[in-house]
Amino acid sequence: MIDKISESLEAAVSDIRDGATVMIGGFGNAGMPSALIDALIAHGARELTIVNNNAGNGDTGLAALIAAKRVRKIICSFPRQVDSHHFDAAFRAGEIELELTPQGNLAERIRAAGAGIGGFFTPTGYGTLLAEGKETRVINGRNYVLESPIHADFALIKAHKGDRWGNLVYRKTARNFGPIMAMAAKCTIAQVNEVVELGELDPETIVTPGIFVQRVVLQGRPA
Amino acid sequence: MKRLTRDQIAARVAQDISEGAYVNLGIGLPTMVANYLPKEREIFLHSENGLLGMGPAPAPGEEDEDLINAGKQPVTLLKGGAYFHHADSFAMMRGGHLDICVLGAFQVSATGDLANWHTGAPDAIPAVGGAMDLAVGAKQVFVMMEHQTKTGESKVVAQCSYPLTGVGCVNRIYTDLAVLDVTPDGLAVREKIADISFEELQTITGVPLIDRTAS
Repeated sequence: MIDKISESLEAAVSDIRDGATVMIGGFGNAGMPSALIDALIAHGARELTIVNNNAGNGDTGLAALIAAKRVRKIICSFPRQVDSHHFDAAFRAGEIELELTPQGNLAERIRAAGAGIGGFFTPTGYGTLLAEGKETRVINGRNYVLESPIHADFALIKAHKGDRWGNLVYRKTARNFGPIMAMAAKCTIAQVNEVVELGELDPETIVTPGIFVQRVVLQGRPA
Repeated sequence: MKRLTRDQIAARVAQDISEGAYVNLGIGLPTMVANYLPKEREIFLHSENGLLGMGPAPAPGEEDEDLINAGKQPVTLLKGGAYFHHADSFAMMRGGHLDICVLGAFQVSATGDLANWHTGAPDAIPAVGGAMDLAVGAKQVFVMMEHQTKTGESKVVAQCSYPLTGVGCVNRIYTDLAVLDVTPDGLAVREKIADISFEELQTITGVPLIDRTAS
């Protein structure tokens, strides 16, 4: 019997090694898998490359991972926010490398990795600092920039419900990067609010089919 | 001179958003446009983090941490609204499906170059978000900004001195003094506030303007 349900958060992240590339879902705190991140901090992997839209908010979740000095590099679109003090301090101290990418390029680079695309041309960023040094091409009279896929060793995502085959549904705008990160990582670990029996999720509304998910772990919604 | 207030600029932009339009309002000043959309029009607000049919802020106590906008503030979903993942959300922008986006700006050039993401200061931590995607993707890009900086320099410029967000992407500029169209002939003044002459506006702006005001 296939059972992708992990017995604990600790077990779910136990093979994330030093130097791994880890995608972390969430837009701000919506969809951020904070329980998995806490488990990753406790696990102790260092020198991580993190892919997220932001660079942590406040003192929990990704911000706590950065504060614990586990992140060597971050690939994101919007690091600087009013409450990104842990990232700001690490960046200014030269402890963390930043690869800034426009948000749509970030999403499409992740999607491309998941879909086996070797690169794509996009008009986003053409003529700006973020396209410097990149190959360009004129297609039908318009200027495009070549962007590359972002692959990851692991994706940590948060979903609403999951079953033992790894099928997932999300909740409202907490969906954000979850479905595409699940496609782009070799091993996707989903933190869910509820584990349901096989067949309980309506097949017409499953957002992430289990083929993209290796582990599901239960985490009750915070009060 | 009685300049438009920020609310008045927002109300002016809102007038130009028609029934049925799919619209993204950028973070900051453009968010205010939502307060002035005519109630009788059905307009679809898109938020880049994955929703269409965005409604107003929830009543106090009704906030849901899983339902936020691009500025990470709690919002609501209208009847008929939908959620989707980030690649779909940006396909709506990048694939040319959005009718209008409204963005703030540090500077806009006479040829429609936009600078709104980075001051270029050496100690600044840059953050771009979805600005570059919106700038190149929406069918029409409206900029909403004060005409001048706090020190009196025109934000409408011959060439942007700040790092660019997009090249030749802006269609129309709404300021506290005027509404300007970016045209192949140059910047055309469609409207101006009543108590400024075209010559005064020309002097303040410092970039050649074409008078296409109705009066």
